[in-house]
Amino acid sequence: MTSDRELPGSEAIAVGMGVDPGVHPGAHVDEPTALPKFRGALQQAVRARDAEVRFGNRILWDHVDLDVVPGTFAAVLGPNGAGKSTLLKVLLGLQPLAAGRVEVLGAPAGRERRCIGYVPQRKSFDRTLRLRGIDVVRLGLDGGRWGVPVPGRANREARASVEEAVRLVSAEGFAQRPIGDLSGGEQQRLVVAQALVRGPDLLLLDEPLDNLDLANQGAVAKLIQRISRERGVTVVMVAHDVNPILPYLDQVVYVAAGHAVAGVPSEVITTETLSSLYGARVEVLRASDGRLVVVGAPEPPAVHSDRHAQ
Amino acid sequence: MSSVRQLLSYPFMVNALRAGTIVAVVSATMGWFMVLRRQTFAGHTLSLVGFPGAAGAILLGLSPAFGYFGFCGLAALVIGSADPQAGTSLYRQESAIIGTVQAMAIAIGFLFVGLYHGNLNGLTGLLFGSFLGITNAQVVALLVVAGCAVVVLGAIARPLLFATVDPEVAAAAGVPVRTLAVGFLLLLGVAVAETAQITGALLVFALLVLPPATAQVMTGRPALGVVLSVALAVGVTWAAVIAAYYTPYPTGAFITTLSFAAYALARGARLISERTRSTRPLAAAQIPA
Repeated sequence: MTSDRELPGSEAIAVGMGVDPGVHPGAHVDEPTALPKFRGALQQAVRARDAEVRFGNRILWDHVDLDVVPGTFAAVLGPNGAGKSTLLKVLLGLQPLAAGRVEVLGAPAGRERRCIGYVPQRKSFDRTLRLRGIDVVRLGLDGGRWGVPVPGRANREARASVEEAVRLVSAEGFAQRPIGDLSGGEQQRLVVAQALVRGPDLLLLDEPLDNLDLANQGAVAKLIQRISRERGVTVVMVAHDVNPILPYLDQVVYVAAGHAVAGVPSEVITTETLSSLYGARVEVLRASDGRLVVVGAPEPPAVHSDRHAQ
Repeated sequence: MSSVRQLLSYPFMVNALRAGTIVAVVSATMGWFMVLRRQTFAGHTLSLVGFPGAAGAILLGLSPAFGYFGFCGLAALVIGSADPQAGTSLYRQESAIIGTVQAMAIAIGFLFVGLYHGNLNGLTGLLFGSFLGITNAQVVALLVVAGCAVVVLGAIARPLLFATVDPEVAAAAGVPVRTLAVGFLLLLGVAVAETAQITGALLVFALLVLPPATAQVMTGRPALGVVLSVALAVGVTWAAVIAAYYTPYPTGAFITTLSFAAYALARGARLISERTRSTRPLAAAQIPA
């Protein structure tokens, strides 16, 4: 027994997200169009067991169990510094685990990188960057290939896929303009298109709503839900504030105090679940307009680094 | 027409145009990426270190070519490896290491010239180059090195563009962002070392920056941008070489002045078109910080 097990019932609350998609009404994996994409037997798009990440001797989080059902829209929530972005890096295979294992699209993390679309956390494109939005989208398709594209059938097909991705995020009106000239919401649509252009099975988005106003946050979340439904793409999105996106979510993963809880929003974002996650009394309040507010959550870095000292 | 024929009857003019064309093509393509990567300062430093390199080689009794390649290559490696973030992100300021290299390079350049008890003609040649008196062998050497540099750049063009615009996504897609950053600096160093032997340490920088910067003001399309950049550089160089033939003024002055005029015109034209066009509603243009 190590000191990091002092959180009472940490295993019990790390609920899986349910193998049966029928458990939550939002999950549309039973649609016939969505199923063939997942190579038959794939039960979980993401599956983590007892996963642990440490930086030096500081444990960021440990004993994390996670299941994300294919074709659903999951949000990763939690306070700053809790390790939400690191969770995405683990799924990409860019951050190795200290213990436990994680499978992405049925293979060890990092193996199926070609089937993953990734949108990192960013401020925005340099305002003076003179490159059209459509070129940025195109880089997502074949930007990693050597040589320059030559005119021909392959190039025409590539352009068709780029146009389709642009249409999917409703960016036809501004995709031809230099990306530096576009607004935050417009840029965000284009980077989502860049992540989608290769037809990924899994979309990892790191705070894509961060520098958008409230109206745009809801609009982009709705767009992502629509893409998830239409294409059967599994989406894991790190978000700062759950409220603007809550109506569109199928699942949430709450990362805090060195652990994580996963499940449907109505079960995870509750006073009981979050209190046992934090190991301290926190309260989830519902405002009159339906917004959820988490009150009394301790700041993670202080609590956590102390807890794992020695 | 007859004057053109007369001009081309001189082998030194033919070679000046040939060398100028090669220099223009390689600078314009390398420069397009350099400007896009916000590595103008690194490019400036790489151009300048050719000066102490050549001066040192002359002092030791070697061919200046050794000095150009040695110093430019070394500087590229120092800038690329001493600063782990060099060129890996658009959003990062270029580091003080580049400035340090540049200050040191200029100082030892003048030291070498001083030690050589150098004549001022040599100094002017190292800094401003000479388009006249280029031999056939020099043209061939220039063509081989420039050709290799452009072919390698073409091979890495797409991943380099990806790593420039979107380093994190590129890294996640398996693009070797860091290796490309150092590789590009090295390639730039080689190209600069070869072209600086013709254009001098100062003029190569004008061709590296001005035509690509002008092209990027004019278009946001990558392929069209590179083509425009090459066309501008070649056009300006030809005009300058011919103008220098009929006037007592040096080629470099014409190259720089013409390039600068093109840049100023492009900026002016874009400013006017933005003013008159501004169709976008203000609300959509505002990005909440």
